[in-house]
Amino acid sequence: MSGTLGTEPLRIAGREFPSRLLIGTGKFASNEIMRDACAASGSGLVTVALKRASLRGEDPFADILNFLDPERYLVLANTAGAMDADEAVRIARLAAAAGLPKWIKLEIHPDPNYLLPDPIETLKAAEILVDEGFTVLPYINADPVLAARLQDVGCATVMPLGSPIGSNRGLETEAQIRIIIEQARVPVVVDAGIGAPSHAAAAMELGADAVLVNTAIAVASDPVRMARAFALAVESGRAAYETGLAGTADQAVATSPLTSFLG
Amino acid sequence: MGFSEIYSQLPVEALVRQSEDTSAATVDDVLARGSARNLREFAALISPAAQDRLEALAARSQSVTQRHFGKVIRLFAPIYLSNECVNICTYCGFSRNNPIPRITLPVEQVVEEVGKLARQGFRSILVVAGEHPKYVSNGYVEEVVRRCLDTVPGIALELGPLETATYRPMVAAGCESLVVYQETYHKPTYTALHTAGPKKNYEWRMDTPERAYAAGFRRLGIGALFGLHDWRYEALSVAAHARHLLQHCWKAQISISIPRMRPAAGGFQPDPQYFMNDRALVQLIAAFRLLLPHAGIVLSTREHPTLRNGLVRLGVTHMSAGASTEPGGYSSFDETTWTQTKADQPGEQFHIADERSPATIAEMIRAQGYEPVWKDFDQSLVSGKA
Repeated sequence: MSGTLGTEPLRIAGREFPSRLLIGTGKFASNEIMRDACAASGSGLVTVALKRASLRGEDPFADILNFLDPERYLVLANTAGAMDADEAVRIARLAAAAGLPKWIKLEIHPDPNYLLPDPIETLKAAEILVDEGFTVLPYINADPVLAARLQDVGCATVMPLGSPIGSNRGLETEAQIRIIIEQARVPVVVDAGIGAPSHAAAAMELGADAVLVNTAIAVASDPVRMARAFALAVESGRAAYETGLAGTADQAVATSPLTSFLG
Repeated sequence: MGFSEIYSQLPVEALVRQSEDTSAATVDDVLARGSARNLREFAALISPAAQDRLEALAARSQSVTQRHFGKVIRLFAPIYLSNECVNICTYCGFSRNNPIPRITLPVEQVVEEVGKLARQGFRSILVVAGEHPKYVSNGYVEEVVRRCLDTVPGIALELGPLETATYRPMVAAGCESLVVYQETYHKPTYTALHTAGPKKNYEWRMDTPERAYAAGFRRLGIGALFGLHDWRYEALSVAAHARHLLQHCWKAQISISIPRMRPAAGGFQPDPQYFMNDRALVQLIAAFRLLLPHAGIVLSTREHPTLRNGLVRLGVTHMSAGASTEPGGYSSFDETTWTQTKADQPGEQFHIADERSPATIAEMIRAQGYEPVWKDFDQSLVSGKA
């Protein structure tokens, strides 16, 4: 059980996490604010772009990893910057060689503007990395067939986008995400586009297992407070899902039931 | 079809006139939508009428920039390899007829200077050289890149335009990015200012980013030198160029620079009628942001400290700091204070306006509530053996 509402804990690849809110660490106004926001979120899983970190030992000018306590968080390296499967595989190997957990958030976006994921390269890289023993969490467009294919090759989650990274537009892909959740054999993490706690709550109410938030927290005027707001929204959305929302009705229920003649 | 051919059909003069005639109501319409959807709407945002809406423009630019780039400024430093140049460009300190001391740095000296820059914090450098087939050729640039990658993980190039086949070994050596400014998009002005050398070829220069993309560069930088011709003409042209590159070079990150003319050797005096003032520069940065929300916007040390401080929060994404524009210039920098110890710098391309140290610039960025990011790319993540 986690949080005050006693929701079921999130489990990915056999590991249990204290919150269903996952945090991205880019775009913050300082590493100190990022660290404090992560702490306020209650999250146990944070993602880091390896390109921001030093691969040559201690570097005071590239020290983002020093702000993330590995006892507290699973520090999940992401492959941001990779334009194809080869580059993503390379980054994953370097992350593992640098001593990070053998978990990788696989994101391959050849288009540097909208950062939309390349489905073909993602599937190719996922196959290789799963074979090499990585726990692979792929960032994908909300494509149910791709999600199924990635599960077939052994990915530990699927992470469909709600809307493009940084857009804060919420669950524009809701219809597709519903199908992915319905068919999922692994946790579904809604990643990207979550711009408000209400978006996060909505994703959780749909039955998503977790959400990953970055921009909406990082660029808030008070990231620490916003991180807490997201944590509460995620927990309440999950509790509502577990409890079961009352159904909605398109029309009033007839006061004289239509089938009353049946006695 | 390359951009130069498309650009030759673009009615830039008409767009400039439309901009000058824009009504306040039109500006407000575009601002209410929050983005410019095309060059006509961009023209409205750079209009005289929009100057009265500068605060609203700046606020929108800030919000869009923060959403896409976060509260961060990426820092880099230029390093000049050579001021040898075969071109005569009347506004440039490196112009071949200027009587300045000429030098091409030996690779070892480049490595030493880059080491010095790295100790200041830089993990991203822009390698700059004049255009000279004898000195800046024959594997020299590739050797510089390979050696410097031992010290800094991200290298961009700013060289004279080359063929795709000549760029490929530079990409293979580990260059991430290529920067080439058109200087002026106004062809009669271009012809008048570039009187000798291969740079006379206006179209060849204009199609350089596409050749660089074909060779595999991941980032492309473009821009104009503001002050050579009407700033709205240049701005519309840069905007059109960036949009073309976004469509045709879709895997590349596009960045825009808005350098304003600075005094240089040779005594070139910019025509005062083409001077773009500070308010116009702010307006233009915001307008670029509303047209091109994902484009990097680069601000150099050409600008004075007060303006640079103010622009941190308004749409800029990349800043240089502690720069020398003279080949070998860093060799005589004091590493503690990051000040030039030589009395004068006769071989520099132009004199910078913001001479603050990298540490001071980083502190200034932090004081504005932004994170100075030194490292945002690592060549070793994308090439070589893993």
